[in-house]
Amino acid sequence: MIPRHLYIAVSVLVLAVLGMSLYAWRMRGRAAAEPAASVDTRPVVAPVAGPTEQVTLYVAYDDDGVLHAQTAQIPLPSVRQQRAEELLRSLIALYLDKSSPHPLPPGSDIRSVYLVDPGLAVIDLNAAFADGHRSGVLTEELTVASMIQTLSANIPGILKVKILVEGKQRDTLAGHADLSAFFDVSAINRLTSQLQSSQ
Amino acid sequence: MPSIREAFARVETAALGCLAGLSPAVRRRAPNGLEFLSLCILFSFAVLLVSATPPEKHLSIYSTAANYSLPIVQRQGHDYVGLLELLDPLGTVSAKSDPPRWRIHYNNILGDFTVGKNHARIQGRDADLSAKFLIENGRGLVPLASLGSLLPRFLGGPATLHEESGRLFIGSIATHFTASVALDDPSQLIFHFTSPVNPSVATEPGHLRLTFSREPLTSPASPTLTFGSKTIPSATYSESNGTAQITVSGTVPLMASFSNDGRTITLSPAKSQTSATAVPAPSNPAPQEPAANQSASIPRRYFAIVDASHGGNDRGEALSNTLAEKDVTVAFARRLRQELENRGISTLVLRDSDANLSLDERAFFTNTTHAAVYVALHAASNGHGVRLYTALLPYTSEDDRGPFRSWTTAQQSSITLSQAVAASVATELRKQQIAVRTLTAPLRPLNNIVTAAIAVEVAPSASDLSQLTSPDYQQLITTAVANGIVAIRAQLGAAP
Ligand SMILES: [Zn+2]
Repeated sequence: MIPRHLYIAVSVLVLAVLGMSLYAWRMRGRAAAEPAASVDTRPVVAPVAGPTEQVTLYVAYDDDGVLHAQTAQIPLPSVRQQRAEELLRSLIALYLDKSSPHPLPPGSDIRSVYLVDPGLAVIDLNAAFADGHRSGVLTEELTVASMIQTLSANIPGILKVKILVEGKQRDTLAGHADLSAFFDVSAINRLTSQLQSSQ
Repeated sequence: MPSIREAFARVETAALGCLAGLSPAVRRRAPNGLEFLSLCILFSFAVLLVSATPPEKHLSIYSTAANYSLPIVQRQGHDYVGLLELLDPLGTVSAKSDPPRWRIHYNNILGDFTVGKNHARIQGRDADLSAKFLIENGRGLVPLASLGSLLPRFLGGPATLHEESGRLFIGSIATHFTASVALDDPSQLIFHFTSPVNPSVATEPGHLRLTFSREPLTSPASPTLTFGSKTIPSATYSESNGTAQITVSGTVPLMASFSNDGRTITLSPAKSQTSATAVPAPSNPAPQEPAANQSASIPRRYFAIVDASHGGNDRGEALSNTLAEKDVTVAFARRLRQELENRGISTLVLRDSDANLSLDERAFFTNTTHAAVYVALHAASNGHGVRLYTALLPYTSEDDRGPFRSWTTAQQSSITLSQAVAASVATELRKQQIAVRTLTAPLRPLNNIVTAAIAVEVAPSASDLSQLTSPDYQQLITTAVANGIVAIRAQLGAAP
């Protein structure tokens, strides 16, 4: 036979556990809902009516394996870092378009661009960008050069660029382009001139 | 089990010392009389034990998870091994013996075997065995010869069996090596290995033998290596009973010293017995020093290193549903070697099999063999014709100066020469009406190579991908690349 006081004590404990579980469950639901709401309010797409500025994008074309400079309008953010992110987002939007000259995998995006100290830019790509990227020396090089040249042409003073994926260092983009070291912007500038002609 | 084997290995080494007094490892330590006596007694017991039974055959298994060894048993004229024991170190495994059936679970894979049957079912699909399946005391025995086809079904990856020598490579694991004679001292032979090794060393008149029982050492391009040295004329590579052996012939007694964390072994004439006994203490650090000096002056054994990019787990670009870049690059590499050798250029193909070879290993090999030119081969479905690349060096500044700087920008001093090679090859390709571009690329290991280095990315001339596997197209490209290298040979030969 179970003593009466033990029975009561166990019942109280069980009730307490159930009560806490219910509370924790509700808190978890609320916590999950909150960041989603804040993400929704963030202006990801360029505000249509806001002031814009003209920039130069270096766009890769797979047909001839070249980079072409072309102008685009991007929203005018006040912060240098946001400007860098907007630049790359408009470039990626071109590549994700139906008539893309250099298709990137669906869901490709940049997580952020950090301008850490004068001269260093860190581009953090999402996993979809790198995991689904097509493999090949030229194919990968066009992606890398297009992003770095676009940044350096519109944001003065960048000397070196590091590309991360999901915040982590990766050996290569898709088996070829070396992401383990810092890209030398002046070397990428010279490469861009080579890549602007298909000869 | 391994500890017992190791103990025996030690007893054997010590025994060699007590019999012949030759093993340098033992001689260096100079055991005292009592220790020496007890080792000799222990050895006598070991000899008695070994002589009572015929030599046991072993299967050595090399994998990233573990290197281990299993006994091979002979039944009905075939070699057999226990399947449970084989899979056990590689994953979660359990077996149920219910004669005549025997079932084994490896991770989520089910194997269903029946005694006396020449076939089994793995995950519901038939698998052929080269001999009948057997059960002994509940142990399921499978024929050795079937492991090459059976294991990939369980492991989901390649397994390479060297049946004759009892060596099994799981995945694409391999340790490669090069051997060359020191330029300034032809009496010294230097081995470089891609991973640390710890062979047992045995000397006998006219030979020194390195025996590798735990290392996945693989054969060089040719099993017999000859050196232009009177002291050390040649070496041969062989495999037997679960081991790999390098036997070095020498006209004088040789000794081995290890350096570079076990990645380098230097063989040099043994010091005379009298001097060794006269000054036992300082003989210890002596062998290390020459090894360190020589790594800077190894002669050029190959003029060209042709690197078949990717390999093993790294398939490179999926050129089509059935065609992987790694297979195309090997085909091009072999053909390019032939074309270069036809023109009198000694050439080594890096990765002449489907092995995993890291970028660091490729650079290390090229740099230690002191080749004059390095050519990496890639294949691509995108675009047409050939792209030639030289290194796009990563960013460095005065602030970045550190121990690793020289590795990431090792190519710096040869970049002009590399560009000259690319230009020469481009000229020859254009002569064959092949579309060609010359670019820089952030492509390892180009930046880690200390000599002239280019990468060749071959795409089809039109949009027909099957061209990449066509012998005519491969011949056209490799002939032009070889001509381009020959055209600049004099400049390369003069390179440091
Ligand atoms: Zn490749």
